[in-house]
Amino acid sequence: MIHFDSVTREYPRRGAALRDVDFRIRKGEFVFLTGHSGSGKSTTLRLLHFADRPTRGEVRVAGFTSSRTTSRDVWKVRRRVGIVFQDFRLLPGRTAQENVGFALEVTGTPTKAITARAQRLLSQVGLGSKAGASVNELSGGEQQRVAIARALANQPEVLLADEPTGNLDERATRGIMELFRELNAMGMAVLMATHDLELVRRHDSVRVLELDQGKLVFDSAVTTEGAAG
Amino acid sequence: MYAAREAFAAFRRAPVLTGLAAGMVGLALFVLGLFGLVTHNLQTTLDTIEERVEVIAYLREGASTGEVDAALEELRAIPEVRTAVYVSKAQALENARAELPEFEDVFSDIEVNPLPASLELELEEGYRSEETVEMVSQLAGAYPFVEDVAYGREWVEKLFSLRRIAGVAAGVLGAAFAAVAALIIGTALRIAIFARREEIYVMRLVGAKDGFIRRPFVLEGAMAGALGAAAAVGLTWATYRAVSSLIFEIEWIPTTWIAAGLGIGVVFGMLASSLAVRRHLREVV
Repeated sequence: MIHFDSVTREYPRRGAALRDVDFRIRKGEFVFLTGHSGSGKSTTLRLLHFADRPTRGEVRVAGFTSSRTTSRDVWKVRRRVGIVFQDFRLLPGRTAQENVGFALEVTGTPTKAITARAQRLLSQVGLGSKAGASVNELSGGEQQRVAIARALANQPEVLLADEPTGNLDERATRGIMELFRELNAMGMAVLMATHDLELVRRHDSVRVLELDQGKLVFDSAVTTEGAAG
Repeated sequence: MYAAREAFAAFRRAPVLTGLAAGMVGLALFVLGLFGLVTHNLQTTLDTIEERVEVIAYLREGASTGEVDAALEELRAIPEVRTAVYVSKAQALENARAELPEFEDVFSDIEVNPLPASLELELEEGYRSEETVEMVSQLAGAYPFVEDVAYGREWVEKLFSLRRIAGVAAGVLGAAFAAVAALIIGTALRIAIFARREEIYVMRLVGAKDGFIRRPFVLEGAMAGALGAAAAVGLTWATYRAVSSLIFEIEWIPTTWIAAGLGIGVVFGMLASSLAVRRHLREVV
């Protein structure tokens, strides 16, 4: 599902954000990507969403390869890979339904079907009753749910989440994590970047990848396999 | 369908921003409208003056009717000549009396009519250039019974020199005003689109193709351009009415120019928006 093959990403002024990083994520896996600020988590997600390209190595996601996908074709990747952010990135002044419907409209979903599908997606994330509310009136947790519903609009195979609970309180965080687990249980691969180690500890069955200064320093799957072997 | 709905929705969601953009387009085009009003009226005035360009061939005493008729027929056959009329000595005196009433005493005292008979030639519209006037006057002057030919050489030269200066000035100023208008329109729409860069980012995020992202913005640019151009027409009309009623009577600009102004507004709006969105699309991956 996700292949990160010897990926290095260097920037002219910043130097290397990622150095020779290797990992694979299988279909239906739930993975935490941890590390301090500046460790390379966001760069990893940007590369997986094809918002950036590796300097060396290859990224493969949902059948798309970084070296073979032109910027003209990036939209195809975006329809297979959903993403949510810490700051939600919703369209202000529009309703929850309009924000979700927007993602459906973009892919050419017939106008008549958009309302029903947006409503269904909002119900799936527990916001069915607030479809008509402006996103400006929603709480942080609710806004993140709208963002997740939007990310699910195109039925992606992979869901990327960049510090999705960073702006949320304890209760909202629990709700979002439950939602991610449900989506994962339905077969969707979830890769969630977080620096909240407490949150990671609370979900000890989830695979953890840890980055430090751009290098992959820990992969719980490898450690577990190593320990078992 | 989506593009049209989104373009209208943008006006509804951010009326101040889009209103400002349309207002700036309107002011930029208003300057062009004023320029058009001045240019058109200058051109009309020059046309009116040009209509008075005529060639007069003064005849010698004793020119026979047969000779004059034959000459008139030949002169009327010249394509550049619109009318050729014989003015007798008596008619010339009568005309002078009508045109110069202040010299009535002088005209009453004269015993012998000193004014010569003449052939008055008017030229076709579009053939009143210096060269044509010179050519027709030479043809008329070639008849042996023609004593002199007059067309006010200096006056005609000055008129055409003024027309050339006006033409060049209109071209240069028009281009400069159009360039300034284009810059203002471009900047106004760029600001409007910059304020909505997040929207472009989100569209990219959820897998929109570039064309899909661009269409509503281009349509919105066209609408802002059309609205601005309509406002500019209104402002120019108000100026025309004010000048006509308070200072002196002027002519309203031709409908084709108004249509061109509206077209320019729409095209500038579309181009400016398209370029601004393209710039953001390049920045947002």
